[in-house]
This record gives sequence, structure tokens and C-alpha cells, in this order.
Amino acid sequence: MSVNKEFVKFDKVDKSYDGKVLVVKDLQLDIAEGEFITMLGPSGSGKTTCLMMLAGFETPTNGEIYLDGNAISSIPPHKRGIGMVFQNYALFPHMTVYENLAFPLRVRKIPKDEADKKIDKALSMVSLQGFAQRMPGQLSGGQQQRVAVARSLVFDPQLVLMDEPLGALDKNLRESMQYEIKHIHESIGVTVVYVTHDQSEALTMSNRIAVFNDGKVQQLSSPDELYEKPVNSFVAEFIGENNTFAGEVSDISDGKCKVKLASADILANPISVKGKGERTTVSLRPERALINPSDKMDNIHKGKIEEVIYHGDHTRVRINLLGNSEFILKVPNSSSNLDIKLGNEIKIGWNSEDARALDPK
Amino acid sequence: MSSETKQILTTDGIPLEVSLKKAEKKNKIKAFLLVAPLLLFIIITYVFPIGDMLMRSVDDKMVTEMLPKTFKSMEKWDGQDLPPEEVFEAFYFDFQKLIEEEREGKLSTQLNYTKNGFKSIIKKLRRKSKSFEEGNYKEQIMSVHRRWADVEYWRAIKRRAPAYTYQKYLKGIDMYENEKGEIINVPEDRRVHRILWMRTLEIAFFVTVFCFLMAYPIAHLLATLPMKYSNLLMICVLLPFWTSLLVRTASWMILLQQQGIVNDFFVMIGLVSDDNRLEMMFNKTGSYVAMTQILLPFMVLPLYSVMKTISPSLMRAGKSLGGTPFVAFWKVYFPLTIPGIGAGCLLVFILAIGYYITPALVGGASGTLISNQIAFHMKSTLDWSFASAMGLMLLSGVLVIYWLYNKLVGIDNIKLG
Repeated sequence: MSVNKEFVKFDKVDKSYDGKVLVVKDLQLDIAEGEFITMLGPSGSGKTTCLMMLAGFETPTNGEIYLDGNAISSIPPHKRGIGMVFQNYALFPHMTVYENLAFPLRVRKIPKDEADKKIDKALSMVSLQGFAQRMPGQLSGGQQQRVAVARSLVFDPQLVLMDEPLGALDKNLRESMQYEIKHIHESIGVTVVYVTHDQSEALTMSNRIAVFNDGKVQQLSSPDELYEKPVNSFVAEFIGENNTFAGEVSDISDGKCKVKLASADILANPISVKGKGERTTVSLRPERALINPSDKMDNIHKGKIEEVIYHGDHTRVRINLLGNSEFILKVPNSSSNLDIKLGNEIKIGWNSEDARALDPK
Repeated sequence: MSSETKQILTTDGIPLEVSLKKAEKKNKIKAFLLVAPLLLFIIITYVFPIGDMLMRSVDDKMVTEMLPKTFKSMEKWDGQDLPPEEVFEAFYFDFQKLIEEEREGKLSTQLNYTKNGFKSIIKKLRRKSKSFEEGNYKEQIMSVHRRWADVEYWRAIKRRAPAYTYQKYLKGIDMYENEKGEIINVPEDRRVHRILWMRTLEIAFFVTVFCFLMAYPIAHLLATLPMKYSNLLMICVLLPFWTSLLVRTASWMILLQQQGIVNDFFVMIGLVSDDNRLEMMFNKTGSYVAMTQILLPFMVLPLYSVMKTISPSLMRAGKSLGGTPFVAFWKVYFPLTIPGIGAGCLLVFILAIGYYITPALVGGASGTLISNQIAFHMKSTLDWSFASAMGLMLLSGVLVIYWLYNKLVGIDNIKLG
């Protein structure tokens, strides 16, 4: 069985609210059937607008959106058959949980006994059996969120949209809900488009992540690739922690480049630099740099410890290194690292292929 | 060691409850002093007048006090035949006292309310009684006028014996108690009040309906438009609210009269002919139009305050789940606005039921309401006890509506803002 690679297709979609500023610029995005894709970005980056266009609450200013091969711009929201989970749950407060779930089935004129079966199934999927007769107001935030998820799935849509559904929950509950939603997605194979501004949520849940900024998709790739191999400095900065050095390329050869900083030269992996003299921002993940490296590393420099922050399982060390006083290191909490003291001079080393020379900020 | 029932003591050994009371006493006094002016104000201007009104509406002491001996001697009289001599004697002495105090005119007015024909025979009795001889008053009084020998008139006097009466309330619904003590309807051609009550209810009901129909879309717009436009719209809603009631009613008179702007417009567009202009004032139409416009903000504001709290994502959820826009509105949005509808309708209905100035000015004869009748009795006939009785009937009507509403919708579901 071949999977439809273009189950949802944004084709050259532009969106402007006021005719002056484009909030979505020339969006080109394909979503495969059964995929869990996350739109990630800071607020105002256009990700929610994309979701609203897909749901039918906004119309594209230009371009077309296809669902399973059909253009949907002229189809009203209630005929699209797309399930949706809203940021504030949007449960109907005057209906019981049962009635909330029955709503999409009733408007589809599904017979009552069949509807009851579907509702039971949906409630057991989110482990809320026995809550059918409660009012939404009597449920906790997490339970309301599950009802909202169950309601978006109860009528068997092929596509479910989730608009920052976990934003209002506390941290622990949010993490357990992330796994729960992921498991539901895996067990029923529905296509999910998920919008969030929380990068860890995006990394844990998705098959692919589309990073939005300034109305454009900056990078669309799997979570590990996004983290390990960001293609530009925005993505590097936005996803995870990041140490940067701004400098100028002085030499480029053999898949390596030499970047001239104010005080020294470092070796880096040329990603978006092509030739000598280009300005660049070198990006390095904190866990890729080591203290007192024993292996042979092609970048070894000395820095001064400016701050030590204890985090339990690891210690964060802020170091003044090569003119960057915000250089962060994560040191695993083991006995061999106890000599880290404020003001000490230490050696820091990293491999040039982990230091990615990206576009200048 | 200590038993569970033992008092909990503070560290200083004072019982906790005593200590708590002491600590809160000052705050309680402060809180009471803050509300005291309002409490006093309400007692003086609201509770006391209403109590007084209630007393006035059932008070019938005047005649009781004027004829104390008569009523005492009448206690033994069965009312079948003419009363015995001692009743006549007692009446004569009571009457002489009234003449001395020059109060016999009041008596005649009061007795005339009960039965027509007292006025002339009391005047006659006053003249003739000067030459009465001692003893056998029955004969002497009966010889003054033949009505004094009619048992019906004596029964009429006896009916005024109780100090309290509900006659005014019966009159308010066009009924009265006849000589035999039966409660019967006023003849159909003389019924005034029932028509007014029905008209008051009808106008209040339809004004409420019209207000609701017009206010609902306005409130929805107010709640959903961007701030820039909704503020402007809100001012449009509130501007009439800030204008004097009298000014607004007068403007409706200018608009609605036969040579008025609305009629001019209708003639201009050819809707009506010039010699057949519509009568829109001094009838029910005038009351409807003006009252609806004046009471509209009272419907818009509670609706708006409720609609403002309804998240727009609920309608979106309804649509995304497959409901047509109408289904989403009817099943999701509308039920959530019911608290506002209840509050608005209750408010408008209660205000409309007691409306006075507008119907008085634009209502004409067929558009006046019960409150105009109350005012008429307060100012023109000076029958304050009857006006009080009708006022209280109106008040209890409102309370009944409030109670009904509480039964049907629940008063906790009301939301005024």
C-alpha cells in the first residue's frame, strides 16, 4: 500500500491580513498521510495562520491548499471533515462530555447505537471511561484536554489539527500528555498537524518539524536532523541551546573552513558559506564541547570560568572563551568534574565538524 | 492528654473563638459603618414608604373612628331588619359630635363611596337634627328621609365597621363586594382596570420581544467586532442612554406625529398618500416604538456582557466538528447566551410594566398603562389608598414574574455584567 506523500499540500500560499504585510510568504509544504508534523516557531511567525487556513477559518490570499488531491479553499470549514483541538480546549461548557463527543456524530446523522460505540471507544482511548456524564467544568485541565482530543477524533477524521493544545497545562501534565497524544497517533494512524512554540514538545512528538519564522518555513526535517544539523542560524538558535562565534571565513578547503575571530582562528564545518571573506556565525551545541579533552580534537582553546550553575543531573558552566562571555558548557554530574571552580582557566575542545558555519545573524 | 471536646486555646490561654471574634470585631464594625448610610437611606426611602403604602391601601379606619358608638351597638344587630333603637341613638350621638367638629361632610363622602345616595340624606339629617327631641331617635331619624328607613343603607354603614378592607384591591381588578358580601364583577361596560392590566402586560411583553430581536445582533456585533469599531458602536448604544428620558420621548413625538418626519418620508417615497398619513402617535404604536428604543440598552448591555465571555473558538469548534454555521450558532452559541437573555428580558419587562412618562406622552388613550392610572388617582382623584393598592398589585406582579423566572431559569443563571 503506497502512502500518499502529498496528503496535505500547501502550494505557493500567501496570506496577508491588512494588504501590507505578508504573514505567510510563498509557503510550499507537503504532508504525508499518517504523518505527525509540527509547525514550530515564535509567536507571529505565521504557523497558527497556516493551521487556520487548513481548517478553513482563514482563506489564503494567494495560492491553494489541497487535501487528498482536492483544492479546499472554497470548501467551508464544516464540510472539510478535519478534526481540530483548540488552544483553550473549546469544549462546549453547557454540554456533558458525552454530548460534546456526540455533537460531531449528531450533525453527521449517525444512528445513536453506532454513535454510542464510537464515543465509548474514543473515551477509552484517552482513558476517560466513566466521565461521560460530567460537565466540562467539573474536569481538570488535563481531563478537559483529553476530552478535546477525543472529540476531535470521534468522527474518524483523516486529518487532525492541534493548535498549541498543551499550552495551558503544567509541566508534568504536559509531558505525559505529549506521550499520550503520540501514542494515540501511532495506534490509529491519523495524520496530525500540530502547532506549538515549545521546541521540546516538537522534538518529542513529531515525525517531522517545520520551523517557521517570518512567514516562511526555515527548515523542514526530522527532529534529530533539526537539532544536529540546523541549516541556518535562526534554526540553530531556536532549537536547543547554542554557542555562537561571529567571524569571517579566511580559508576554505577539504570540507573545512577557517574562521577568523577577533582573537584567534577556529576550524568549522562550512554549511552556508561558499568562499573566503564571507561573514559567518559559527554554531556549536554545548554538549559537543568538552573540558580538558583527552581525544585529539582540532579545536582546543583556553577559557575562564565565569559562572557555575548546579542543575542536579548536570552542571552548567559559563565560560569566557575567545571573546564570547556567554559560552555555555554542560558537564555531566560525575566526580571527575569536581575541580570546576569559579575563576579557573580551563581547556575547551571540540571537533570542527560539530561547529557549523552558518549565515551571519 | 486533652480530650477532643476541649476548647482550643491560643498561646495566651484565651479560647480561640473569643480571640477570633475580638480580632474581627473591629473589621465588622468598620464594614457596618460603611454600609450604614445606604442601609439608612433604603429604610427611609424604600422600606418605610412601601410599608406605608401597604397600610394605606387597606386602611379603612376613618369611618370606624367617626362612628365608634354606632358600630359598637351594631355588633348585636343581625342585619336582617331595621336596626333597634339603640343603634339609632348611638348614631345620633356620634353624628352630633361630628357636626360639632365639622366632619360630617367627610362622613358623607366616605359613605357615598360605599353606597350612592348618602350625601343628600346626611345633609338633610344635619339640618333636621338640630330640632330633634330627646328619646325615640329611630322614629325621628327615619322621618328625615325615607332612605333612613331603608335597611340597605344601614347595612351599608355596617359594612364600613372593620378598620381594614380589601375593597381597593377588588376595585383594582374591576370587582366589588355587594350588599350580601359576594364578590362580583363590575358590569362589562364599566370595566377599566382589567383592560389596562392586560394592555400593560401586552405592551411590556411585546416591547421585551422587540428589544430582544433588535438587541441580540447588536450585542453580538459589539462582542465580536475589533475594539476600534465596537467602542464606536458602544457609544451609539449608550448615547441615547445618557440623554434625558423626556428629551428622547419628545423627539419621538416630533418623529411620529402626523406631520412628522417619518410620515413625511413615507409620503415622499410614496408609501402612503398625503391625505392618509399614518397615525403613529397617541396609540399603542407610539408606546411600542418609543419604549422599545428607550429600553433597548437594558437588553443590549446584559447580552453584551455575556457574549463577551463566550470564546470565539467555541463557534469554530462547532464548525470544525461538522456543524453548519446555523447549527453551530443554535446548539453552541445560543444556549450560552441564555443567562444574558434572561437578565435582559427580565430587566426590560419589569421596567416596561411600570413605565410612566413615555406612555403618558405618546401613548394617548389607547396606549396608556396601569402606571398612568395610578398617577391619575394620585394626582386627580386623590384616592391614594386605591393608587397604593394598584401600586402594590404591580409590585407583587413583578415579584411573581421574578419568582417564575427563578423557577424556570434559575436566578443564579442571571448575568447583568
